[in-house]
Amino acid sequence: MEIVLFYIAIILSLALFFTAKRAQYFLAFSLHSIVIISTSILAVKSMFLSSSELNIAFMPFMGHTLNLHIDKLSAFFILVINFTVFTGLIYAKDYLKPYLEKKTKTEFALHFFNFLWLHISMLLVVMLRDALAFLIIWEIMSLSSFFLVIFESEKKETIKIGIKYLIQMHIGVAFLMIAFIWASVHSGGDFSFDGLSVYFASHNPFALFFLFFIGFGIKAGFIPLHSWLPHAHPAAPSHVSGVMSGVMIKMGIYGILRVLTYIHHDLFGIGLFILIISLASGLIGVSLAIVQHDVKKLLAYHSIENIGIIGIGIGLGIIGLAENIPVLTVLGFGGAILHILNHSLFKSLLFYTAGSVYSKTHTRNIEQLGGLIKKMPKTALFFLLGALAISGLPPFNGFISEFLIYSGMFKSLHSATLFTDITIMFSFAGLAIIGGLALFCFTKVFSIIFLGNGRSQKVEHVTEVENSMLIPNFLIGIMILLIGFLPIIFIKPLSQIVAIYSGQTNALQQIIPTLNSISLSSGIFIMLIGILWLLRAWQQKKHIIEQRATWGCGYTGANPALHQYTATSYADNFVQLSSHLVQVKKKFTDFDEDEIFPQEREFETHSSDVFEDNIVSLPSNKVLIYMKRIAVFQTGKIQHYLLYALVFLAVIFVLTYFNLI
Amino acid sequence: MISLILIFISALFFVGIITKVKAKIAARKMPSVFQPVYDVLRLLKKASIYSPTTSIIFRIAPLIYLSTVLMATLFIPIGTNKAILSFEGDFVFFAYLLAIGKFMMIIAAMDTGSGFEGMGANREALYSMLVEPAFFILAGSVALFTDNISFNDLFLNLHIDSNLSYIIGIAAIYVLIYIAMVENSRMPVDDPKTHLELTMVHEVMVLDNSGFDLALIHIATWLKFSIYGSLITNFIINATWTWYWQIIYFLGIQAIFAIIIGGLEAFRARNKMEKNPQWIIMLSAISVVVFLTALIITQKIILN
Repeated sequence: MEIVLFYIAIILSLALFFTAKRAQYFLAFSLHSIVIISTSILAVKSMFLSSSELNIAFMPFMGHTLNLHIDKLSAFFILVINFTVFTGLIYAKDYLKPYLEKKTKTEFALHFFNFLWLHISMLLVVMLRDALAFLIIWEIMSLSSFFLVIFESEKKETIKIGIKYLIQMHIGVAFLMIAFIWASVHSGGDFSFDGLSVYFASHNPFALFFLFFIGFGIKAGFIPLHSWLPHAHPAAPSHVSGVMSGVMIKMGIYGILRVLTYIHHDLFGIGLFILIISLASGLIGVSLAIVQHDVKKLLAYHSIENIGIIGIGIGLGIIGLAENIPVLTVLGFGGAILHILNHSLFKSLLFYTAGSVYSKTHTRNIEQLGGLIKKMPKTALFFLLGALAISGLPPFNGFISEFLIYSGMFKSLHSATLFTDITIMFSFAGLAIIGGLALFCFTKVFSIIFLGNGRSQKVEHVTEVENSMLIPNFLIGIMILLIGFLPIIFIKPLSQIVAIYSGQTNALQQIIPTLNSISLSSGIFIMLIGILWLLRAWQQKKHIIEQRATWGCGYTGANPALHQYTATSYADNFVQLSSHLVQVKKKFTDFDEDEIFPQEREFETHSSDVFEDNIVSLPSNKVLIYMKRIAVFQTGKIQHYLLYALVFLAVIFVLTYFNLI
Repeated sequence: MISLILIFISALFFVGIITKVKAKIAARKMPSVFQPVYDVLRLLKKASIYSPTTSIIFRIAPLIYLSTVLMATLFIPIGTNKAILSFEGDFVFFAYLLAIGKFMMIIAAMDTGSGFEGMGANREALYSMLVEPAFFILAGSVALFTDNISFNDLFLNLHIDSNLSYIIGIAAIYVLIYIAMVENSRMPVDDPKTHLELTMVHEVMVLDNSGFDLALIHIATWLKFSIYGSLITNFIINATWTWYWQIIYFLGIQAIFAIIIGGLEAFRARNKMEKNPQWIIMLSAISVVVFLTALIITQKIILN
């Protein structure tokens, strides 16, 4: 029944091209709703009602029937995808309004069509196990997101970024293809995920896992595979960046998690490998985020950081399996999987609110913003909520998942071996620094955008966004608070997913008393704030509350906007500390000695990504030099091309004559 | 409950003792130990003045800041006097709770739109980020040492008896004292008595707070001192002692801690601003030594 609805949505998606511009959104909305309802029912069935995985015949494919497999892991991802896409869709309605006049009907149809197909393909990615079908759907996911990224295709830069994205995705898919073929050739197993178990049972798993890790890691954005991410997210419209960052990059994590279910021996090396890459991603991601001025680019780097946190949980979980420390496995995986949900919530919230700011001010450069909390109070509040949650602060959801990972680490310290202990020490020190840096970064971005005085005319006539753009924020906000204050309701489904790896269904339940205490503490905390608020209100009833200008050493003449700290200056002391990692180039002309009346001057800073420069740009530029030399053959004259063909034929003839080919 | 009352009592005296010691060393006339309390009582009666640049963030931040510190006191045991709230991994909650207070104070300072306060906020954000790993590695070492992960059980099972474990005790106390100094923005990271906005860290952040709000911030500072003093006390007192000895030791150690801070501030000059990060990272290095010592004591590193 549900699957029939799914078919209908897939077929009707073509109808988007034949609908009037005004009706397109509603058609897209209803098709998404059909997909969401049908798959969510299946996911809920699998998650809560059945004990084994659901198998549904989907379509005939290459001479056999293609089945959809929904186990707990897939069900979890389906629910996360559906929620985020749903919020993105509501947000899109008014976000796209300014584009209605600029864009043609076909362009809009293409956008909605691809958004729908991104949704469908992500759902199928987590449900398909057949390797060929999986790769095809993976490809559709990359293609549809490519078209979504280049929505503002009139900008040359956007197209360039889109192509870059597309190329990197294809490098990823090539690795996946090689990995699947490798496994199938060496073991004779099925050309599918399930066939991997045959390979892993008889071979050292690391080499094949490494191939999969690169393939999936490019999608997930692990450093140094991340270089598409900070470009694609800012270029895409905000609802797309929200969905891409919230769930699409998690498909890489899904892939890694899925492959890991088939590996049962020699796990320590794999766990350590994931852990080291993840720690690096977390630390470098957040460090690079701090120096960004473009709010969406900053958020994109934070996605890399959060992928790192998820990876830390997974890596520790695997180490726990290898070293036989169940508590580390359970809490590591538990924290990682909860963080997947958490990140999809606060990251989409941050992208939507950043998008709201962009749609009102038409700039993503935070140096030009300021004081928006007075003009967009609701948006500011939601951004603050997202910022607190992503910094992992209690009583919000980011804290809960990080807490699970932390307590897994601390609990296993005593029983672990020396090497594991030292690994764990570096992990929690790393996680603590990541948390501190996230706090540093989000105090910066929140206060530069929303607090103080406006820094340019762009913020002068800003108003609060339409209510429909606030609805998704409300929905996400409720989820964030729910997980933050009542985490135990999420523990039961979570423990079933964790059981895929740990083998024990109830292992995560032992954390429930602790989580109850956290809920209680959060409650007391909120109550204390309330009491203090009332106390102050009562105390200040007798007084007149005056307003006086901010202290400026008694000097009030200057432009208040120029008196403020900027994002660059806020980041500066961190940049000095980490100059090897974060390279910021400053550009300005110094004052002449005899320049008595200084002219107006400009000061520019540019941050560059060390990994992108050295791993992607440097080799491709080198290759480009040789390519340009070869390009002398491309003369544009038909005579020359005919000559090439003649030479080619002659060479073939000669080689065949001497039996060389 | 007793531990909570003790923390509150020692908080009342703490800053008073520091000022008294500093005055004594500088051969000035000493103010009463209760002078800070009088100041705060006066401030509590006053109205606040707000800048028109500020928003709701500036008004709510002191409330949240004090709430986080009050919450944090609930997690601190003293010897066998249990903390009111205790669960596994409560020190993670404790650290992140203090972080949320800092987050709010930083954005409140940025909310005033003042360059000075931005500078202070920025420095505070950097320093508190850098000090975080030291606390976690220290907590991890003690967790490794005692196989417990809540403040209550950590300290109950912490027996400093062998030669090696003295290293843990001494190094841990050293790190804790300096974490307290960084968290409270005192010497050698920050000089609360400096007169120039450009050289302040914490003081400049609260330049625009006044009246009731400023009083709350002062109270939070006292409590923070008292909290770290209690943590240090827990490393020294032994759970087997009778309760009155524990209390006497607690009050004595708090007084000594305050005197040490007073002495430090009287004799030491503040670090150069750009040296501060290195100095704070050094605390993490010392905590790594503590961790390695704990590994040796638990016989994971085997020395012949």
